[in-house]
Amino acid sequence: MSSHFLIRSLDRGAVAFIVVIVALAVLVPVLNLVVPPSSALHLPSYLVALFGKYACYALLALSIDLIWGYCGILSLGHGAFFALGGYAMGMYLMRQIGARGVYGNPVLPDFMVFLNYKELPWFWYGFDNFWFACLIVVLVPGLLAGVFGFLAFRSRVTGVYLSIITQAMTYALLLAFFRNDFGFGGNNGLTDFKDILGFNIQAQSTRAALFAASVIVLAVAVFVCSSIVNSKLGKVMVAIRDAESRTRFLGYRVDNIKLFAFVVSAVIAAVAGALYVPQVGIINPGEFSPANSIEVVIWTAVGGRGTLIGPIVGGILVNAGKTLFTGAWPDYWLFALGGLFILVTLFLPKGIIGTIRSAFRKKSPPRPDILPEQSGNAGAPLVTEPAE
Amino acid sequence: MNEASDRFKTMLYLNGVSVSFDGFKALNNLSIIVHPNEMLAIIGPNGAGKTTMMDIITGKTRPDDGEVFFDGKVDLTRLDEAAIANLGVGRKFQKPTVFESHTVWDNLEMALRKPRGVFSTWSYVAANDDVARINEILDTIRLSARKGDLAAGLSHGQKQWLEIGMLLAQDPKLLLVDEPVAGMTDAETVETAKLLKKIAQTRSVVVVEHDMSFVRELGTRVSCLAEGSVLAEGTLDQVSANPVVIERYLGR
Repeated sequence: MSSHFLIRSLDRGAVAFIVVIVALAVLVPVLNLVVPPSSALHLPSYLVALFGKYACYALLALSIDLIWGYCGILSLGHGAFFALGGYAMGMYLMRQIGARGVYGNPVLPDFMVFLNYKELPWFWYGFDNFWFACLIVVLVPGLLAGVFGFLAFRSRVTGVYLSIITQAMTYALLLAFFRNDFGFGGNNGLTDFKDILGFNIQAQSTRAALFAASVIVLAVAVFVCSSIVNSKLGKVMVAIRDAESRTRFLGYRVDNIKLFAFVVSAVIAAVAGALYVPQVGIINPGEFSPANSIEVVIWTAVGGRGTLIGPIVGGILVNAGKTLFTGAWPDYWLFALGGLFILVTLFLPKGIIGTIRSAFRKKSPPRPDILPEQSGNAGAPLVTEPAE
Repeated sequence: MNEASDRFKTMLYLNGVSVSFDGFKALNNLSIIVHPNEMLAIIGPNGAGKTTMMDIITGKTRPDDGEVFFDGKVDLTRLDEAAIANLGVGRKFQKPTVFESHTVWDNLEMALRKPRGVFSTWSYVAANDDVARINEILDTIRLSARKGDLAAGLSHGQKQWLEIGMLLAQDPKLLLVDEPVAGMTDAETVETAKLLKKIAQTRSVVVVEHDMSFVRELGTRVSCLAEGSVLAEGTLDQVSANPVVIERYLGR
């Protein structure tokens, strides 16, 4: 019985969502590659790339929601994990350029030749292998989150103080990555990628595949998060969010549970970054900017924290808005974003999905007070399945 | 009292415990003993150190001085809150603290004595025994009809009862109960006294309470605390006849 806990914890909402996502992973590439451009159903390539970007943003927002919406940890530095994942993937893509760079050096990326590097720094070793880069994408941000979280949660740093030090963390990394002698391309970052796994990174089919990979990873992340938040662990996380010290007196090691959520969340953010970089074609220190991390929090708040679908909807909607808005009035986007955050805080404190859900709950008949007594199903939980 | 052989027979053993906050002595050489399956009621004026004493037993506060032993041998001053809770010390707070965004059922399920690790909590599936135990507790605390409701929707008295139910689910050897009948009706108070007396047949219970009629209802050994140490001990009649207690707490 207990081996099926992952399946058991999937609720209808998450299943429906995963089905939609997988359908998109098939439909979008088909509409782009198979349907001829003359057809009205044809999806232009720039939209495929744009949707792929949105999927990465949605993944990032989901990672924030897991810790903020469900565990009360407001990280204002999650962009750091996203960027680190992005850099690891960028390093692989740089090594793939090989002798095709401007300076034609078979080993050293262009910026190293330009900065008079004589040989490859040790931390660039191994990045010519895709599997190694994938390992680092998960390992380095996971370790950073582990060490950072261990120290912060053990010292019982909570609330705004935690938010401030996460912000300091991403700012420190921003400054470090800006330095030319840090070995990651300084101000310009990593760019001019040629191919990934032997496929031309600019090709229409590669872009469609990257989109499909992004949404499938999103579906997997929703599955993992759903299994966490719908389990007893998820309930304890919400208990920590609402009454941390009471949870301690119940015998739960709050520090460990927070650390677990923080590391899972950081890894999801890092994978989002790794998928993002090949699709936008560049990673530079600007991704560490504290403002980026704050923006993710706004997406999550707009969509509805404490729901799994909310941050995904928020991430996509706000970024679609950004795409449209910056096209028409590029100078006013930050005002619009700030205004949106204030409006949502004032009028939709539960976010879009949270508000829809509570409106729906009010309309539906109240849950019966007396639930059916234990049925014949061995071990079937009675009231332990919340709607989310 | 300092004999170690005596200590080994106790459930809770506080000896010469002192703690001060910014120069204020919250506890001053406090010594208290609770035996297995015994109930002790603690009374005393505000600021007598009752809540500080609970904080020290449950690991929230470290004493400056003195010994705190659980079950005769476990030194509680070296452990943190979670470790102490898992040893079998349950605490009910003065202000009822239940998890309001969870259902009554989930509150009990989280409290149920089960492995508390991250992965065992993640993979937890309620066994038949667990379901039966939760239903039994729901009966005891009379919340069976509300088990699917959010704890936020309960009345004050019902929250107090739910918290007592959570203590029962933890299956502790020692219960620390801080003002369990605050905000309860007279009928509820009587029921709570009955429930605590029943619990004390198999576990040790320490009750902190201001309500004298409730303490009389409990009919148990009483300690009166004042200014961080024990003023008087004995039956309620003995304690309330004590001239120092009358002067410092009851009288005036």
